[in-house]
Amino acid sequence: MTFQELEEIRIKAKKALAARLGEEPTDEYKYHVLVCGGTGCHSSGCQAVADALEKALADEGLKNSVKLIQTGCMGACQLGPVVMVYPGAYHYCSVKPEDVADIVNEHLKNGRFVERLCYRNSKGELQATMPEMDFFKKQHKIALRNCGLIDPVSIEEYIGMDGFAALAKVLKEMSPQQVIDEVKKSGLRGRGGAGFPTGLKWQFMADQQADQKYVICNGDEGDPGAFMDNAVLTGDPYSVIEAMTICGYATGATKGYAYIRLEYPLAIRNFKKALEVCRQKGLLGKNILGTDFSFDIEIREGAGAFVCGEETALMASTEGKRGEPRPRPPFPAVSGLFGKPSNINNVETWANICPIILKGADWYSGIGVGKSKGTKVFALAGKVVNSGLVEVPMGIKLREVVEEIGGGIASGKKFKAAQTGGPSGGCIPAEHFDTPLDYETLASLGSIVGSGGLIITDEDTCMVDLAKFYLGFTQDESCGKCTPCRIGTKRMLEIMERISKGLGREGDIELLEELAYMIKQSALCGLGQTAPNPILSTLKYYRDEYEAHIKDKTCPAGVCKIRGAKKATS
Amino acid sequence: MGAECNCNCQADSNKKIDELILKYRGNPNGLIVVLAAIQQEMGYLPKDLMIKVAEELNVPLTDVYGVATFYAAFTLRPRGRHSINLCLGTACYVKGAPEVQAAIEKELKIKAGETTEDRRFTFDVVRCLGACGIAPVMTVDGEVHPRMTPEKVSEVLSKYE
Ligand SMILES: Cc1cc2nc3c(=O)[nH]c(=O)nc-3n(C[C@H](O)[C@H](O)[C@H](O)COP(=O)(O)O)c2cc1C
Ligand code: FES
Repeated sequence: MTFQELEEIRIKAKKALAARLGEEPTDEYKYHVLVCGGTGCHSSGCQAVADALEKALADEGLKNSVKLIQTGCMGACQLGPVVMVYPGAYHYCSVKPEDVADIVNEHLKNGRFVERLCYRNSKGELQATMPEMDFFKKQHKIALRNCGLIDPVSIEEYIGMDGFAALAKVLKEMSPQQVIDEVKKSGLRGRGGAGFPTGLKWQFMADQQADQKYVICNGDEGDPGAFMDNAVLTGDPYSVIEAMTICGYATGATKGYAYIRLEYPLAIRNFKKALEVCRQKGLLGKNILGTDFSFDIEIREGAGAFVCGEETALMASTEGKRGEPRPRPPFPAVSGLFGKPSNINNVETWANICPIILKGADWYSGIGVGKSKGTKVFALAGKVVNSGLVEVPMGIKLREVVEEIGGGIASGKKFKAAQTGGPSGGCIPAEHFDTPLDYETLASLGSIVGSGGLIITDEDTCMVDLAKFYLGFTQDESCGKCTPCRIGTKRMLEIMERISKGLGREGDIELLEELAYMIKQSALCGLGQTAPNPILSTLKYYRDEYEAHIKDKTCPAGVCKIRGAKKATS
Repeated sequence: MGAECNCNCQADSNKKIDELILKYRGNPNGLIVVLAAIQQEMGYLPKDLMIKVAEELNVPLTDVYGVATFYAAFTLRPRGRHSINLCLGTACYVKGAPEVQAAIEKELKIKAGETTEDRRFTFDVVRCLGACGIAPVMTVDGEVHPRMTPEKVSEVLSKYE
């Protein structure tokens, strides 16, 4: 494909997408019907709905006027399977195959939307279209811009959404250093957990001289409870491919690896398909878009180990070895995969690159607050009414996310705490409900943004139990290479277990704290160094719950099974 | 999987594995890729194949074993006909997955990580299937069962013979 051919495809594809972009349909299709095929909806049975729609459209002779598309995750997983009808962005919730007849007869034939399938908020107000729904109102989609809107493996649809325009711009008009400068200026920081400035990392690699350099996509998404990387890889794989290619150009790499965890079969399938299409079209491989730049990407499937999300472990695993981390320095930019300079970024980080190139660093850095620029995708889950994926400007208040987007606590009970950052993170208690969600503020509260897991708990959640859960996770996933992590977390877990059984002893809290600080100081990699965080953070805010378990042998939330304990009255 | 049927699937599996081994002959970097293919085709890593992989890819057998035991995706023993994966990720945990686990263990009389006597089920717990919005999630042979409760366990499992 040449630059000109790309633009020709784009003009056609844009026309075909008009109905979905809030414009009058310009193609032969009067309606576009989108069925969410993200992992959540897939699990709720969207395939049966898609099949029923397919059949109904054929039976009614509507196949030439209604376009049926399966997309990636639209975000509102709780309401799945979701079907959307454009123009108008009507958002139908919990659609069953039996509901298809109404959608076809009422909406597609008579132009009347089906009210009973639309969303109503807790006040009972009808919110029929996506822009009206509380869940979407405060969102700002950059990384998720295409997820749920296009057919994930259709290159035409991706191109129609300005796909490969950033790559074309970079290859035509920008020097590698200009690309890096733009990313630097945008203020984008790594979304994989550590929040390291992305442009700076690219610079380190660009400054290295080597016969071979690698670009890596970290799609291991280890935080249990976070699923935005899954959504991007499944719902918009081309955006990651394009961004990695741009990075290859900017840093002098010709080969990329995408490491995707085994638990994400849909992501692996779509990403593979997208790679093939790119190779066929000359968007990957030799002489991309007719230039002398060449780049290709290989996929590597994870084999089920959380620690492989850590960058040095991921590289060892890509080389076919046990996924054990190694001390840094040397940093991957100097000596990474196969001993060569390597740049690794998280999936969501990649998904931000193309818009930054196209719309400019100033546009991007105008979103967000302070040193936290742009948006962050949070995986909102736990005890909220509307769980799902939400992309919001950095600095949005926790309360806005929980109450306005999430619709409040499901049980109607009181908000207790939000757990952010997964097993490396901490909690934000109710007294900080108005906290802005950004790197600096969360760090000052003893938590982290992390990869964006946002688990909401209510009064029925025991914080000791939750902390024990996270510690159990990291203990289980410790690779065993370094002693502090392997044995230290085990000892801590034993203490947590006895506390939650009502067998805690005087002095256990102090012992936990001592161990926690020792492990943080001495563990080899981030897994061990952050493993004690959930304990320290819950001890900071909910010390009384620990004391209740130890001294009074009761679990105030009534979760821990303490023999002979009286259930505390709430 | 399908080890006892009369079709040619077993021969096909062997062919696939052989081709992959050939592709990575003498290249230790292919170890995980090859082991993953064997796991998928055979349902576990048979000892003779691990020895073969060690020889062909030029990796010490201890390293093959090291990798095989490091990753959760690999098993050294034959699995049951059906694989149950219960998610114990955070979202599922908070929404009651531990009670579902107890119900499964009671129903099948095995613990997580074990296979039933009659090789009907292997039961594992996993961490986050990326479907947190519909927690707690359980999969059986890849088929997803959302919003699980202890009460639903019996009924769901009865569908798998
Ligand atoms: C134990 C551990 C697990 C990690 N898991 C992931 C992960 O699943 N996904 C990810 O992108 N980064 C993960 N990281 C962070 C990576 O090491 C690395 O910082 C990141 O991939 C860099 O990309 P970014 O700068 O775009 O965030 C993990 C780190 C540690 C210590
Ligand atoms: S925590 Fe169970 S699917 Fe994510």
